[in-house]
Amino acid sequence: MGLVTYVIKRLLLIIPTFLGVTLLTFIISHVVVSNPVLAWAGEKSSASTIAAIAAQYHLNDPLYLQYYYYMAGLFRGDWGISATTHLPVLSQIENFFPATLELSIAALIISVIIGIPMGVLSAMWNGRKLDYPIKALYSSGIASPPFLLALLLQLLFSYYFNLLPSSGRLDPTSAVPRFVTGMYTVDALLEGNLPVFLDAVRHLILPAITLAFLTFAIITRITRSSMLETMEKDFVRTAKAKGLPSRTVTYKYVLRNALTSTITIIGLAVQFLLSGAIVVETVFFWPGIGLYTTTATLALDFPSIMGVTVVFTLVVVFTNLVTDLAYGALDPRVSYD
Amino acid sequence: MQDQVQLSVFGEDLRIFKDVLRRNIFYPLGLIVVLAFLSYSAIFALDPKIIGYNPNYTDLNVILQPPSLSFPFGTDDLGRNLFLKALNGVPIDAAISLSVVLLALLIGVLTGATAGYFGGIVQQLIMGVTDIFLAFPGLVLAVAFAAALGSGMINVMIALSVVWWPVYTRLARGETLTVKEQQYVTAARASGLSGLRIVISHIMPNVFTTMIAYATADIGNVILLSAVLGYLGLGAQPPNVDLGRIVYDGQNFIRFAPWYSLLPGVTLFIIAISFAFVGDLLRDFLDPKMRV
Repeated sequence: MGLVTYVIKRLLLIIPTFLGVTLLTFIISHVVVSNPVLAWAGEKSSASTIAAIAAQYHLNDPLYLQYYYYMAGLFRGDWGISATTHLPVLSQIENFFPATLELSIAALIISVIIGIPMGVLSAMWNGRKLDYPIKALYSSGIASPPFLLALLLQLLFSYYFNLLPSSGRLDPTSAVPRFVTGMYTVDALLEGNLPVFLDAVRHLILPAITLAFLTFAIITRITRSSMLETMEKDFVRTAKAKGLPSRTVTYKYVLRNALTSTITIIGLAVQFLLSGAIVVETVFFWPGIGLYTTTATLALDFPSIMGVTVVFTLVVVFTNLVTDLAYGALDPRVSYD
Repeated sequence: MQDQVQLSVFGEDLRIFKDVLRRNIFYPLGLIVVLAFLSYSAIFALDPKIIGYNPNYTDLNVILQPPSLSFPFGTDDLGRNLFLKALNGVPIDAAISLSVVLLALLIGVLTGATAGYFGGIVQQLIMGVTDIFLAFPGLVLAVAFAAALGSGMINVMIALSVVWWPVYTRLARGETLTVKEQQYVTAARASGLSGLRIVISHIMPNVFTTMIAYATADIGNVILLSAVLGYLGLGAQPPNVDLGRIVYDGQNFIRFAPWYSLLPGVTLFIIAISFAFVGDLLRDFLDPKMRV
């Protein structure tokens, strides 16, 4: 099967996944909740608002009709009105999304830049004492609750040494750069505004490091294990037997082959980043989708919770598609069946 | 005679176990933490008075005290002994994580083995549903479920179980595809056993054993995830809260009383990493290469 057919097939497969996912969010918000009308209108609404919301979202109709209206709303871009801020959910998600994107990209860059070399070193030093600190670091990345490192960094760098800000995206004195991507670092650069750029970077460092710690651990571990696996392969032995310098063998032969598995794990890493963002954004008061999720959850604002769930899932589904394609492009042996 | 053979096999296991235990200094340490965690939680479940004091006793004379001999974890803003509060919270995390992993293991092995053994439309149905659940970022779906169900320990268990089984189904199916080709399965089929019987009495036990190591390490992951739900205010409600919630409560005092959040956080870390080490220990122990 050719690449084009494969891509089309994968895109078509997204349809049942999307239907399944929305069916699940529908069940959560219309069936599992004890009182769907209150869930959509907000706990403290007046009787008239409740009646209006119930009518607007057809909450008194039979379930199959409710599902129809829910899906129709999703496609029309009407994702409901947030029960706490009374703004349309979709426009709020659009507002908050760039902040999360900026944070996740920064975290992914940090974790790849640190994770891959660490995985390589750890594989080369396998079984030696030098390997222990790397092992300890990535093991603790996997086992540490995300809020622990966040609080530690905040305590050290914001409160004790007073080096970096503890919350927000910009100082109140910095002007928000003109909207292009919504990512303050990029927008400030495009504007040529260096002070605002530096301020945005200063705010980004701590949350990005915290988030990166989660994904760095899996990237290191996968790079390490696939390096070790590749080192056992026949072609590596041949290369060594030919008398190639070990540096060439490691970087040109082993690493290039081992990296394909690292690429596929980046799809998984994005899942970690999104989940981690919920906690990290909450601790650092980073106004992205994660913080929006937390506030919506605490206020039991269901239209928002469901909107966020759908968006997060779409992001995961598409990253998986992209990593699958990248895998095929990197490794010619992968066939598109 | 029979007994002697049994005994020597057991002796062999014991020797391998000791060998593996010596490989990494963290294996025995992790094992100690895990055993302590489990046995303490079991005793607590039988009699919560085991702590001896009321963990929610407030004493306004000792608010926000740093860790000391009488208050190993310090005190909170109402002068409660945080060590006792943590001791009270640990069994909640144990109950949640153990039940979620056990349930996921059961559902996963049942559905995964069925899908893998029968193949065809059964497999497509089971794996299709599994893939939909896997498309969600776990925490997000768990948050949505827990919010819909309302906060509380039982609801956290339900929410996490809903999210947690699909990975087990995937693993169990993969494992089944290997086991299915073994000769004893062919023999069972040849002797006329029904497909269901083969799945239950031949495939499932074998798949179960190989997944134990994964499940053990996974208990640590569930503890972390349930801590995050607790941290978001969806877990067990005051006064008897889990460790994640204590971290959240202490966050406002992080500048003046860092121990309030950090020590329960570090406790969670130690428990989770210990489960990871015990998982590795079991994996090494069950590795067939050890028995050659």
